[in-house]
Amino acid sequence: MQLSRRGFIKITAAGLAASSLGALGFGGAGEALAASVRPFKLTAASETRNTCTYCSVACGILIYSLGDRAKNAVSDIIHIEGDPDHPVNRGTLCPKGSALLDIVHAPTRLKVPKYRAPGASEFKEVSWEFALDRIATLMKEDRDKNFIAQNKDGTTVNRWLSTGMLAASASSNETSYLTWKVARALGMVVFDNQARV
Amino acid sequence: MTNTWQDIKNANVVVVMGGNAAEAHPCGFKWVIEAKIENGAKLVVIDPRFTRTASVADVYAPIRPGSDIAFLSGLIRYLLEKDQIQHEYVRAYTNASLIVKDGFGFEDGLFTGYDEEKRTYDKSSWDYERDDQGFARVDDTWQNPHCVMNLLRKHVDRYTPEMVSRICGTPQEKFLQICELFATCSAPDKALTSLFALGWTQHSVGAQNIRTMAMVQLLLGNIGVAGGGMNALRGHSNIQGLTDVGLLSNAMPGYLTLARDGDVTFDDYMRTRLFKPLRPGQVSYWQNYRKFFVSFQKAIYGSAATANNDWAYDWLPKLDIPLYDIITAFEMMDKGEINGYICQGFNPLQAFPDKGKIRRSLGKLKYLVVMDPLDTETSRFWENFGPQNPSDPASIQTEVFQLPTTCFAEENGALVNSARWLQWHWKAAPPPGDAQADIWIMAGLFHRLREMYRKDGGAFPDPLLNLTWDYTNPVDPDPEEMAMEMNGRALTDLKDANGQVVLKAGQQLDGFAQLRDDGTTMSGCWIFSGSFTEKGNQMARRDASDPREAGIAPNWAWAWPANRRILYNRASADPSGKPWNPAKSIIEWNGSKWVGLDVPDYTAAAPSENVGPFIMNNEGMGRLFALDQMVEGPFPEHYEPFESPSENVLHPKVKNNPAARVYADDRKNFGAASEFPYVGTTYRLTEQFHFWTKHALINAILQPEEFVEIGEALAKEKGIEQAGWVRVSCKRGAMICKAYVTKRIKPMTVDGKPTHVVGVPLHWGFTGQARKGYGANTLTPSVGDANTQTPEFKAFLVNIEKVAAPVA
Repeated sequence: MQLSRRGFIKITAAGLAASSLGALGFGGAGEALAASVRPFKLTAASETRNTCTYCSVACGILIYSLGDRAKNAVSDIIHIEGDPDHPVNRGTLCPKGSALLDIVHAPTRLKVPKYRAPGASEFKEVSWEFALDRIATLMKEDRDKNFIAQNKDGTTVNRWLSTGMLAASASSNETSYLTWKVARALGMVVFDNQARV
Repeated sequence: MTNTWQDIKNANVVVVMGGNAAEAHPCGFKWVIEAKIENGAKLVVIDPRFTRTASVADVYAPIRPGSDIAFLSGLIRYLLEKDQIQHEYVRAYTNASLIVKDGFGFEDGLFTGYDEEKRTYDKSSWDYERDDQGFARVDDTWQNPHCVMNLLRKHVDRYTPEMVSRICGTPQEKFLQICELFATCSAPDKALTSLFALGWTQHSVGAQNIRTMAMVQLLLGNIGVAGGGMNALRGHSNIQGLTDVGLLSNAMPGYLTLARDGDVTFDDYMRTRLFKPLRPGQVSYWQNYRKFFVSFQKAIYGSAATANNDWAYDWLPKLDIPLYDIITAFEMMDKGEINGYICQGFNPLQAFPDKGKIRRSLGKLKYLVVMDPLDTETSRFWENFGPQNPSDPASIQTEVFQLPTTCFAEENGALVNSARWLQWHWKAAPPPGDAQADIWIMAGLFHRLREMYRKDGGAFPDPLLNLTWDYTNPVDPDPEEMAMEMNGRALTDLKDANGQVVLKAGQQLDGFAQLRDDGTTMSGCWIFSGSFTEKGNQMARRDASDPREAGIAPNWAWAWPANRRILYNRASADPSGKPWNPAKSIIEWNGSKWVGLDVPDYTAAAPSENVGPFIMNNEGMGRLFALDQMVEGPFPEHYEPFESPSENVLHPKVKNNPAARVYADDRKNFGAASEFPYVGTTYRLTEQFHFWTKHALINAILQPEEFVEIGEALAKEKGIEQAGWVRVSCKRGAMICKAYVTKRIKPMTVDGKPTHVVGVPLHWGFTGQARKGYGANTLTPSVGDANTQTPEFKAFLVNIEKVAAPVA
């Protein structure tokens, strides 16, 4: 049975009214108390299992969001806490993990692609189409010009040294695998991640 | 980690050296407290600072940054001298008895084969004596002066307690007290666990720091057992996963390695990777390399990879140098040799050594692409933020793209924790604004490039045109599809030896044992095989039950390899298959097979077959002598940091790591102790995570501004007050911030001289909600570990002076 805190107090008050205490006039107090308590926010929220994004203890977390995941409902994260079932953190979080909600909603989260032209003193907002078209063009120009198909001994080496890439440290295995495929298919070897830093 | 976080509770002694788990890994550290309370464990902390980890230690010893090998070599000397080693384990499971070539030697800080000009070794003498079948020769009696045990005794003989104290600044009685505690764990039923992090890796001898402790653990018989192991506490949520998937210059998924120019043909490549057993009857698991490689090529190139084109071997790039690490990348950038740079969730302007060089080099790029959920410093390197980022945008011609991405809460996928668990997580909400997943962005770039190459041609387009991309929605592939691709599947019906079909074509593999080298299987990352089988996504499992409360929880998520939770667990039982510690048994031989709580890290071999427990090594044994696997020597040796206040008292002529690669411009920027007399070391605070949490309001409030930590003695000497302003300088730059004067850092006596340490937390920059800061990398030198090139952030030289408060 799903029972909200407000609902629980109402039932309690009803029980009270039917008892001898109710006869003494305490029943109305229960009603007033129930009216003053806000509904427990998380009962209406959707719960999602996730993992803390910081260190590799990888504490289990529960993310609570508004919205019931229906097609037209937009979810909004309102609360994050430790997962009590997780065998390592058992519901606990550190000062960083406890503040995860603030990083999800940080005012400096990026929301639109931006571009800074040579010599410009500020970013300007651009479309994804512009950004990806331009980046792909720059990459191809550089690759076609500098790709090394063979070394001086005539060995096939197929490497591209003049564009490099750093991969993330908090992205998923799946993201990293797809990134590996694309970067290596282009012949990139100036390619590293945070593990070496 | 060889073991799990919860398994720490099984330890009798917990050693935290090269890390500060209480502050950097707080929720994992509580298993140390559990060990203390429930198992009566003793906690030993060895650290330049009296950290919060030290505050709950049974024994704390200070140590000068960069002298860990001397400390641990002294410890090995003690264990051997007092004969406090796990004899049966050392004899059966390590290479102590194997005989090393006559030509091998060590003198005045150098091993045999050194080429001073190239700063590299010819390692041919770092090898075993072989018999006519190619097997290593053995002396079980340890009488041969060239058996590993005797060479090790000789090598560590110089590290007396007096010498350790002289180099490390650790008081002798503290050192000896710690040696005694270590020695208690040589009993077969006692275990010591080593917890470490970047306090060990970020040195020019980082890999050897870790190796030295691994040798201690082998001597104590603590690898493979409950409550033991070598436990690297990794710093980021999926840094383990990105390493496993091989996003490193010289790596491929599953610890396969990219070809070098010398591997001209596919046969050349395989010849140097299929390690033959060095002792009779050993597993030498890398003999299967070809299966892993061919299956990988089938995963990424599909039907275009065939036996006729050597499985598209030539489509992979080859390396002309060992690796293009980040120090090399920025050296090239500074010299104008790199035109484009893509930063996916990475902030090099704050993270890489010698910030001035990083800023200058980024300005020489033609284009810079930053994909990140946050407004990073790197994406704004060109913008003038005053002293914390001085810049003249008009003079910088770099095109910069700032691409907004999703964060953890907005995507599905698996992250690998420190204990190698692949834990699936689920999307809770859409990202803000027009932010997109990295997968969508990489797919967008891929499709545009592929289309241009299809239409217009260009440099060697074959790998791009043939890359497998059979995802349901090619524009935005579902992470589950990549997970299934990494696990691998059968490409034809797979039959066992009796002709029975084990897997039908198209079915997901059960594990890597099913991989073939004939193109009939594919797997994008062989060590993840078993994570997404016909039974579904094993990484999504959430059964927390833990038989006997052993700290294994075998059905929670999935661990690589093969859902094995404790690596090398065959070594938890004696040669006959009986557990060394019956109360904490992991696996054992029941007379007909191996049984226990964990998946055996072994074959089905009976104990009588004498198959060694370290099946990845070609002699089947743990290595006290590393053969040619390390660049600076088969035994660890103490070399001073590249910026050090002390001479190398063991061999003054060879002060620093002789095999470390140092670029000439970087070397010019090393400072001397005469000008910069104090030892700087960087660290994290418990309230902040790198340069991310300063974007989160609560964390920005908790630790709002940049500071350095100094001891009371140094503060007094320099007239610095609590919270007073200071200028901290090195040869490469300077920062102005507040001083935090504490009792946690005390001067140490190193080679007779007082040595002060300046602690530099690393969290501030010029974006986010905290106050502007310079960043610790303003001060750190551009030199890396000789094997991995991890920069030396934990030991460098600075000066510190009192200054007036900056004008606001």
